[in-house]
Amino acid sequence: MSNAAALLGASAAPGQAGGFDSPSVEYSLLSPLLIIFGVAIAGVLVEAFAPRSMRYLLQTLLALLGVVGALVATVVVGINLQSRGGGIAFGSVTAEGAIAVDGPSIFIWGLLLVLTLISVLLFAERRLEGGGLSFAGQASALPGTEAEREASTHGLEQTEVFPLMMFAVAGMMLFPASNDLLTMFVALEVLSLPLYLLCGLARRRRLLSQEAALKYFMLGAFSSGFFIYGIAFIYGYAGAMDFASISEAVSGRAGGQGLLLGGIGLVAVGMLFKVNAVPFHAWTPDVYQGAPTPVTAFMSACTKIAAFGALLRLFYVALGGSRWDWTPMIWIVAIATMVVGSVLALTQTDIKRMLAYSSIAHAGFILTGFVGAQRAGQDTIGSLQAVLFYLVTYGFLTIGAFAVVTVVRDPGGEATHLSRWAGLGKASPVVAAVFALFLLGMAGIPLTSGFTGKWAVFTSAYSGGAWPLVVTGVVMSAVAAFFYVRVIVLMYFSDPVGEGPTVAVPSVMTTIVIAVAFAATVTLGIAPQPVLDLAATAGEFIR
Amino acid sequence: MSFPWLTLLAALPLLGSVVVTLLPARRGEVLPKQAAFAVSLVTLAVAVVVAVLYDPDGPRFQLTEQHEWISAFGAHYALGVDGIGLTLVLLTAILSPVVILASWNDGELGRWSVNSFFAWMLALEGLALGVFAATDVFLFYVLFEATLIPVYFLIGGFGGPRRSYAAVKFLLYSLFGGLLMLGSVVGLYVVSADAPGGPTYLLSELSAISIDQNVGRWLFLGFFVAFAIKAPMFPVHTWLPDAAAEGTPGTSVLLVSVLDKIGTFGMIRFCLGLFPEASQWATPVVLVLAVISLLYGALLAVGQNSIPRLIAYTSVSHFGFIVLGIFVMNSYGQTGSTLYMFNHGLSTAALFLVTGFLVRRRGSQLISDYGGVEKVAPVLAGTFLVAGLSSLSLPGLSPFVSEFLVLVGTFVYSYWFAIFAVLGIVLAALYILLMYQRTMTGPPRPEIATMKDLSLREVSALAPLLVLMVVLGFYPKPLTDVINPAVGATLEQVGVSDPEPDVPTEATGEEGSQ
Repeated sequence: MSNAAALLGASAAPGQAGGFDSPSVEYSLLSPLLIIFGVAIAGVLVEAFAPRSMRYLLQTLLALLGVVGALVATVVVGINLQSRGGGIAFGSVTAEGAIAVDGPSIFIWGLLLVLTLISVLLFAERRLEGGGLSFAGQASALPGTEAEREASTHGLEQTEVFPLMMFAVAGMMLFPASNDLLTMFVALEVLSLPLYLLCGLARRRRLLSQEAALKYFMLGAFSSGFFIYGIAFIYGYAGAMDFASISEAVSGRAGGQGLLLGGIGLVAVGMLFKVNAVPFHAWTPDVYQGAPTPVTAFMSACTKIAAFGALLRLFYVALGGSRWDWTPMIWIVAIATMVVGSVLALTQTDIKRMLAYSSIAHAGFILTGFVGAQRAGQDTIGSLQAVLFYLVTYGFLTIGAFAVVTVVRDPGGEATHLSRWAGLGKASPVVAAVFALFLLGMAGIPLTSGFTGKWAVFTSAYSGGAWPLVVTGVVMSAVAAFFYVRVIVLMYFSDPVGEGPTVAVPSVMTTIVIAVAFAATVTLGIAPQPVLDLAATAGEFIR
Repeated sequence: MSFPWLTLLAALPLLGSVVVTLLPARRGEVLPKQAAFAVSLVTLAVAVVVAVLYDPDGPRFQLTEQHEWISAFGAHYALGVDGIGLTLVLLTAILSPVVILASWNDGELGRWSVNSFFAWMLALEGLALGVFAATDVFLFYVLFEATLIPVYFLIGGFGGPRRSYAAVKFLLYSLFGGLLMLGSVVGLYVVSADAPGGPTYLLSELSAISIDQNVGRWLFLGFFVAFAIKAPMFPVHTWLPDAAAEGTPGTSVLLVSVLDKIGTFGMIRFCLGLFPEASQWATPVVLVLAVISLLYGALLAVGQNSIPRLIAYTSVSHFGFIVLGIFVMNSYGQTGSTLYMFNHGLSTAALFLVTGFLVRRRGSQLISDYGGVEKVAPVLAGTFLVAGLSSLSLPGLSPFVSEFLVLVGTFVYSYWFAIFAVLGIVLAALYILLMYQRTMTGPPRPEIATMKDLSLREVSALAPLLVLMVVLGFYPKPLTDVINPAVGATLEQVGVSDPEPDVPTEATGEEGSQ
């Protein structure tokens, strides 16, 4: 417990904890994390004390500035990381061994913050809903009641979404950087709880949204239970919470393999739930569909990134010695995830559900990279580099695609039924072309980022001898291509049904989001070298 | 490093397509068409320069360019042409202006503006030129997949009533093959990463790596299936008739005459060049499939009532010949096949275009709706006849030379395959002459009594093709001079040499491995 206590009380009295010399270095290393926590708390204070009319502006500015500040801090921390082990890894373990600020952590932090930055812009979009946020005016008002009508006539806004989002981001940043099991669990809860709330805040179709939130919460809480039960098993086996000791125990083959295997299985359930892997995926389509689309965009990109970071750290660092025990399990999960995600997406008629299943399939593709060669040779792509790169491509593609979903509307709000997208290519060629590019990217067509990402994870898997996963991966990519192409066909080659979809003109904020995602998709497809280099420089995890 | 001619060659049409997109798009506007035509002519001029600069006696790959692209992937931006690549580059550059001229008014029938029709065509030309010039497997793969997108929109946006279905079918078949190939491309990276020198995709370095027998065979299959779908071969040919029947004639020409050649080109360059052992291992099965394509395509062509579908099936048959020539693994067969790729491009283009003019006049693709056209439109009927005769390989027209060489190569390999292959020629005469007889001869049907003959534009689009076919029919030497060294180099990579013939030639190898 002392590790977690040290983390939670990081601001309390660092001098009391013996064993590390320079507490001031600690703060600077953790500064990105602390800035985001600070912004979240400041957001709560704004909500409490600022006048209602000022809140939207203050919250948006606070979130944007905070994220930019954290990004700058991340870059500074990243540049100054200590080299370890002759340059194969960077960074140091801080906060009494609770947090590892190393190359991969910094990479994931940077990625999360960039994606959060553009997600904040999506959250702050007000023009699409006629001057209001795309969140419920007053979440506590029951759908269809007088109170709800009153809230909308008074133009109430639930600006708490910004601090909630910042808390979630802080949890996401802590999750992949945690260096012991308890910190990891705390981070998991910190990132999950605000997301459960955010999912239930949709302005339109509120019952669907609240159902999604409840479903997410129930299943999420259940999976957290599995996770902590697994932690108990692993503690029982290794007698320690921190990854270095666990790794030592695992490599030393201390007795009680049953405890270890049970523990691995149970923590894997908690992790795989967060990355939407089959068979823990059932919540994904409902939650993605019900949640407000900006939240879906944020959650589908950032949660997955954080969860994959944590998954990699936990399994490579702590459980790496038992690789042969968990690899078969991940193989099966990866194959099942690719197959189920791609095949079930074929039958979807709602664009958000389709993207949800596509997100499941992407989790499968990333898992193939995860079980690949950790480091086949210095020149070749290792699995950590491949997965980090794939997460970059996936994050931008997903946020871009959901951002386009927010602008295609009909009188009832977002037109998410696929049939409403028919003929979009004629009505609004630019939006359709951009969306087509995102779909082609997800399908992995060359010259888009999806292709280079897929190439990286497949190469990693193949180097690690997982060629059955590569074969499944390419076949499932072909299946997945079918439903992506179906949407393109619909947009370009079908005539609109009824009066057809309208593309609302968003404010400059959503436009920026779409433009950034578009640019990232094209750039990473044509010249991915700088990002690949960055992922390679991140080096290995430290312990 | 000299002037990057090949980059210029591929970039010109791509830039042109951007320009054409941006031009004003009013209905009846001729500027985009003129611009597209001009761009394609300039590209042709550059292609001619490339051909002149190419020295048949020089090293195998010439006009090479090489820059590091994605070093983590071992991918390079590497271009260069050998004799086979040059032949196909020329074919692409010749056909593009012809197609643009012939499709002058076709863009107006589509869903979208005329601009996009010609812009997609130019984009396709640029990408195809890049594919034929790429000497890096990764670059090749990227461009290979990228060509799908222009074709998809050309068929889907400007085709017949079932164009959407045809476009999707085309795309899914190609994507499936392409993704299988991706598996092999990834595998190639891993194999090359294990070899000394680190990961690379350069053809020159890859061909020097020895690949484990089993791994090589699996990787070969990934490439081969993709190319077989592209070519197309039995049993993965079914997308072609739909695509050809629904696309505009110009699209069909670019699809069959240029893009499908990527399949056979890839077989020579990548399957044989990178996996010689696996290629020989697969030869019997490939040859059987080739002969089946050849006969099956011809038989189905005889039974067609729709003109474009008939031509598509003849192409399946012709591609059977080409694959046969490639995999008999001797210089007659491969020289014949490469020549065949060029000549088939010309003759099929002529056939698609002239029947396109015919169909446009009458508004029906069905053979049974025609009769006696030669009375009302003699020029059209005449060009139709010449194009048809070239398709059945009449001596004196260029396809004859190539088909003859393929058959010689097949006879050298095995009498049995050759006997079946010869049947294909008989069937070819049947489907072409029957089609001519049913559409052109006899009393003119009332519906076509007022049919106009070919206009000046249409004649000038067809004329270069007919002239080339006649000239190369009598004098194929310029092409064979360029092709022979490249074929020799390929055979050397495979490690076979021509069997000692009964008549003395310059071949000096021992008895082949058959």
